[in-house]
This record gives sequence, C-alpha cells and structure tokens, in this order.
Amino acid sequence: MPGAIHAILGENGAGKSTLMKLIYGVETPDEGTITWMGEATQIASPAAARRLGIGMVFQHFSLFETLTVVENVSLLVPGNKKDLAERILKLGREFGLEVDPLAHVYALSVGERQRVEIIRCLMVDPKLLILDEPTSVLPPQAVNQLFETLRRLSKRGVSILFISHKLEEIRSVCTHATILRSGKITGNVTPKDFDAHVLATMMIGRDMPHLSPAEPVKRGEKQLELTGLSLAADDPFGVSLEDISLHVHAGEILGIAGVSGNGQAELAAVISGETPLPKMMQGRIAMHRHEVGALNPAARRKLGFAFVPEDRLGQGAVPELSLVKNAILTAYLQGMVQRGMIRRGRAETFARDCIAENDVRTPGPEAEAGSLSGGNLQKFIIGRELMLEPKLLFLNQPTWGVDIGAATAIRRRLIALRNAGCAILVISEDMEDLFALTDYMQVLSKGRLSARFTTSETAPEDIGRAMIGASGDAA
Amino acid sequence: MALPKLVRREHASLPVLIAAPFVALAIAGLSNLVLYAAIGVDPLAVFKAMLIDPFTSYFSFSEILLKAGPLLLIAQGLAIGFRAKVFNIGAEGQFVLGAIFASAIPVYMPQASGAWIWPTMLVLGMLGGLAWAAITAFWRVHLNANEILVSLMLSFVAIQILNYLLLGPWKDPMGFNFPQSVMFQFDALLPILLPGTRVNISLVIVLILTIVAWFFVQRSFAGYRLEVGGLAPNAARYAGFSQSGAIWLSLLIGGAAAGLSGAAEVAGPVGQLQRAIATGYGYAAIIVAYLGGLHPIGIIFSAFLIATLYIGGDNAMVSAGLPIAAVNVFQGTLLLAYLAAATFVRHKLVWPPGARA
Repeated sequence: MPGAIHAILGENGAGKSTLMKLIYGVETPDEGTITWMGEATQIASPAAARRLGIGMVFQHFSLFETLTVVENVSLLVPGNKKDLAERILKLGREFGLEVDPLAHVYALSVGERQRVEIIRCLMVDPKLLILDEPTSVLPPQAVNQLFETLRRLSKRGVSILFISHKLEEIRSVCTHATILRSGKITGNVTPKDFDAHVLATMMIGRDMPHLSPAEPVKRGEKQLELTGLSLAADDPFGVSLEDISLHVHAGEILGIAGVSGNGQAELAAVISGETPLPKMMQGRIAMHRHEVGALNPAARRKLGFAFVPEDRLGQGAVPELSLVKNAILTAYLQGMVQRGMIRRGRAETFARDCIAENDVRTPGPEAEAGSLSGGNLQKFIIGRELMLEPKLLFLNQPTWGVDIGAATAIRRRLIALRNAGCAILVISEDMEDLFALTDYMQVLSKGRLSARFTTSETAPEDIGRAMIGASGDAA
Repeated sequence: MALPKLVRREHASLPVLIAAPFVALAIAGLSNLVLYAAIGVDPLAVFKAMLIDPFTSYFSFSEILLKAGPLLLIAQGLAIGFRAKVFNIGAEGQFVLGAIFASAIPVYMPQASGAWIWPTMLVLGMLGGLAWAAITAFWRVHLNANEILVSLMLSFVAIQILNYLLLGPWKDPMGFNFPQSVMFQFDALLPILLPGTRVNISLVIVLILTIVAWFFVQRSFAGYRLEVGGLAPNAARYAGFSQSGAIWLSLLIGGAAAGLSGAAEVAGPVGQLQRAIATGYGYAAIIVAYLGGLHPIGIIFSAFLIATLYIGGDNAMVSAGLPIAAVNVFQGTLLLAYLAAATFVRHKLVWPPGARA
C-alpha cells in the first residue's frame, strides 16, 4: 500500500530475512509468485529489484569505508559526482538525513552510515524501501530521528517494510504488521491496537516468559578491578581505550552500555587477556586481588575467570569441530587432559551434560559447532563457561542474535548465578537486556567509560545521553 | 549463460573427502596420458611402465618401499604444521642439514666401529633438521617474517653449505676430486631389512613414527591446540593457546622429521654424503601431505602412490622414452587436481534455478 509503514515481526530464525531477500532478489523462491504493482513478477537479482523501484538497507552496511559518501553512492547511481553531491544534500535537508557528501565513510558514526545507505536508496526514487533491523545499531536519540525520517518518507508515498523484533518501536511507528513464526504468517494486525505483551505472544506462539526484576543481594568482595587503564589502538580503524576504571564485586552485575564500535571489542580483549598489555599498564587490572596484567586467558581462567565472547563462530567455538572438541577449548582444565593426552570420555560427558542442562537443540555431541543455529550455539557456549563454576563471569553481547525465549533463559541463568555469589560483567548494546539484568551500569563511548549509574535509579534516557554525550551522534 | 555458484556446505562431506584423491588421480592420469599422446609417446606403454611394471618384480617393489620411507616421514612432519597453518616449505633444506649432521661421524671418525654409530647418526640428523627449522621459527616469531619465504630460501642456503663441504673440507682425499665424502664404514650404515634389496631399518622407524603422529594428531592436547590454531586463530587466542608456541612446535616437528630422513638417506641407500642426495624429497612431501588429506593414515597411501610414480616414471623414461620432466608434470597436475577436488569437501555447486529449465 503506498505510504504504509509495514512491520515484519518475528523471532530470530522466523524467516524475516529470508522473506526480504526474496523480495530484493537476493534469493529466488522455490514456488509461488511475487505480485508487484498488481502484476506477477520474477525478481532475479537485486539489480532487477532496483529497476522495479525496490531499495533495501541491510543490517550490516554495504559501504566501502575507504571511499567518500558520494563515491559510494556513485557506485550504484549513474551521474557525475557534482550533481550527485548536490542531490545528497537536497535529499538530506528534505528528510532529515544530513551527511557531508565528501566525508570518508570510515570517519562517520554508525547513525550517519545508515543515513548514507538510506539516501543511496532514495536517489533512485524507490516505491518500496526495506529496512532490516535498522534500530539495532542506533542510540535511543538517533532512533527517534530515524522514525521522523520514515514518517516523512511515507507522507511522500514511499512504502516501507520495517523488520524488527522490538515491539515498542513497531507500535510507535508502524501502521501495519505481519507476524511470522517458523516461516509461516501467524497474524496480520494493526500494531497500535495491541499491547506489546499480546504481540510478543503472537510472535513466539506461547505466553511471554515472565522475568522477575533483579533483586539486589549482598555484595561480596571485589572480583575485578580496572584502574585508569589506557591502551592505544594499533590499527587505524580501532578505538583507543582511555582511562578506563571499573570494578565488579561478587553478587553484582555490572553492565557496559553503548553502541558497538566505541571500544567494546578492545575492552573485551583486554579483560579476557587476549590483547597483551604493555608493561606499564599491567598493574592496572586485577582479578580476585591478583594482578593479572601479564597473564594470558588460560592463566586467568585458572583464577576462576570465564568469558563468553561476542563472536560465537571462530572465537567462542571452532565451527569445523564437534561440540565435544569445542568443550575442550576452555574446559580442558576439568580433568580432560592427562599426561598430555585428551581423555575423550571426560570431554564427551562434559559436552553431553552441557547440551542436556542448557536445552541445546542438536543431533548430539558429535555435531559440528557450525551446524548449530546462533541461539543454540550461544546456549552451548554459555553453558560451557558456567560449568567452569567461575567466580567472575564476563559476557560480551550475550543475547545478540538470540531469540526471545533463549534470551530470557540466558538472563534467568545469569541472575541465578549472581544470587549464588558470582561477579558478572556484561557488555551489551541491548538496553532491554541491561535494564532487566544489571545492578549498575557504565556507558562506553569513544573509548571512554562514564561514571557508574545505579540501574534502579536510572532512566533509559540518562543512558542514552551518556552514549551520545561524548560522541556527537545526535547531530 | 548462467554459471553455477560455489556455495559453502553446512557439513564437510565425508563421501567427497574419501573420493577426492581418487578423482584427482583419475583426472591427473587421464590428462597426462593425453599429454603423452600429444608428444608422440604411446600412452598405453607409459601406463604399463608407470603403474604396472613397478609391481611385477620383488626388486622394483622394494625400491618403492625405499622411496616411500622418506616421503612418508617428511610428509607426516609437515602435515602437522600445515594443519596448524604453519607452512614449512623448506623441508628440502632441513633434509640436507640432517644428512650433513649425520655424516659428521663417518667423516671425522672413519675408523670408528660399534653398534652405537648409526643410531647416533640418526639422532644427529634429527637435531640438524631441527636446528635448521628453528631459524625459520625464530624469525617468524620475533620479526613476523613469512615462514614460507624464509624456509624456502634457507633450502638454497643449505644446498650451498653442502656444496662447500663437498668441494672443500669434507671432500674424500682418495676420491679423484669428485665432490663427495668418503664412503661410510659398515657400522655407519643402516642394517638391511629385506635381504637382497636396499630397504633398511629406517622403514620400521618411519612406520612407528607414523603411529606416533596419529596419536599426536588425534589424541594429544598439543595436537588439539595446533588444530584449533589452524582452524580458528581467534578461538585459539580466546582459549589462551600460545601462537608462537604453535609456530615453534610445528616447525620443529617438521624439521626433525626431515632431518631424520636426510640422515637415513646418507646412512642408507647412498652410503656417503654427495650432492645428489637433494633430489626433491622435501618438495614432493608437500604434495604427499596434501594428497593424504593432512591425515596420518591418508598420508601412508599418498606416500606409496608418489613413490610408485617415481619408480614408474624412471621405468617409463627407459622403456617408453618419456622425457625426464614428465614425472614432475604429473606430480604437479596431481596436486592441482587434488586441491580442486578437495574444494568440494566443504563447498558445492549450485545452479541458478533458471539454468535447469
């Protein structure tokens, strides 16, 4: 329908992205037809889709970082650069999408990059614009700005397909919603007429698992402390960490909020020990009262540290190896190695227990890690780290790409673990996660860490302000 | 016209994994027979001389065993490194250094006798190869110098050291000025295993080490660490496995295996140190390792296959008039065909739907 903002709503793996890929011609359907402007059509490729007037903004941007904005646009849109630059400025003013056409993409913030992607689609005057999880990478203020842009576009008669699993957003901006579950349509609704709870029930096909808010428990002793740690980035696109200070006690959960790319990866590698620190900084990180600056991840694990990394395939697990062999990766100290030889029986029992206790859906412990879905693999990795019985647990983006059911299960396990006296540090982009889980929060922005917020006394807007305060993303 | 696309499989395909070497052998065999026909050599005669004649006599079969020994041992050592993505291309140089170290005993103590001599030579050879590979490991770890280039170039240095010794200090004074050492005394030679042939005790050592390699790769924690480092370097870093440790271990194992083979060569069929010992075992072993799927059991088969091609190629040169380069061409085709076939273990071709109609 011209001018509609139509939401496609569904859990991870419900088939949202597949459906969009079919519409944009990235994949072709096995059966059935697509009707475009009243006519049955075959969309064989993205180029064909663009000719029909369909534009798409992907979750992971497809821009060349070393080129300027106008150069990126000119790869898809014919015309000389001077004219293109003027049109970029004009469209920017019209729809609230201001960017400098001559800026290099690597120097732009995530929000600005997304604007470039949208402008690039608008240049060819599309009739339909598809946005795949556009808000997942934006700080709260930038989200409102994006919604304003979408409303203006819809007034001009551009139809918008908006993919998301964030219910409140859909309720605030979308005029229609189609709900998908396991590749089938389970509902066609007007989102404003239903509350988020009902929509969620439609989406996951059962009642929303209720999560009790985290009641604070008695704090124990300090398990992790960073004091004034700085680290210069060693590659030009990396982020330097500046004067980072934080501490986590037993029995509390500290969350690090912020948009990815503000030093999250660098901070994670410093805490886990994957990045070796220069000598003068080694005294600035302590775990359980030991200085650990000179220790590698294996040595830190011996002190009772466990870590769930952001990247599941290739870091948290080796995709080509079986779950049994992936269990050995960090759990080898649990009696799996004797005189240099692997005790397969022990490793297999461990993997079996981990699969059973964490509801990992897989054919068995011999399945390759790469064959598991993202959520199931995450359950396996978190399960493995929990079985190490850590005193200090560190998770980086634990619910990223995980469906609601699994995410709730993960949150519940973390809270139980905290109540049992474990110190937990979580880095996450997901505000919902952080507010449901944490006792305290700090915001990481441009490599600097904010002061400490007490979660129960803080509103999401305060965190949002801290996220952009230093970064200027609100422009 | 729509071309098929190469798409990654969800699982490695076991049937393709097993079929790949056979398909590669068939493709390489066929294309080379066509090549022989094109240069005017009777392909059937070549086929008979290459693949059938080597098995028709006890002696020529024993020669295959003799050739297979060093190929098998070097390839087992290299494969461990290749699985960890440490590419030691310089086994030839490590082989030569092994031969030189082992020869030191008979050259400096030509009168010595006793059962200790040949085992000591083997150990010295192993240390020689190990030391030569250690140079590569050192520069890789401390300067991040590419191990492919360093190890390959060190092979040429090793050959020059061999030349220097044979033309200078180690030249046999009674050798009519030929660039070779003295003939080794009896106790510096490896005991013969099969009477009437040149197959010696080193074949037994190689087979035992193959079993050791199997345990190392399949069962040991060190082997597991190397495997993880090769498949997913970030996972190895996350687990806390040392990367420089993996580089040292990979190169030292490869160097020791090549050095031991070099020692067994001078103390075995050759019986003295001469320039002709560097016949390319170190390079051929790279093909053997990959053709065997970098798996200790697969390498046994590929080592015997390549050894057969060596002996068969010699036969074909004599009886069918095949040029000397033909064996190298065949080895090259075989490796290329195998690498192409192995792609399909983890990938498959998908035809665009329009192309089928």
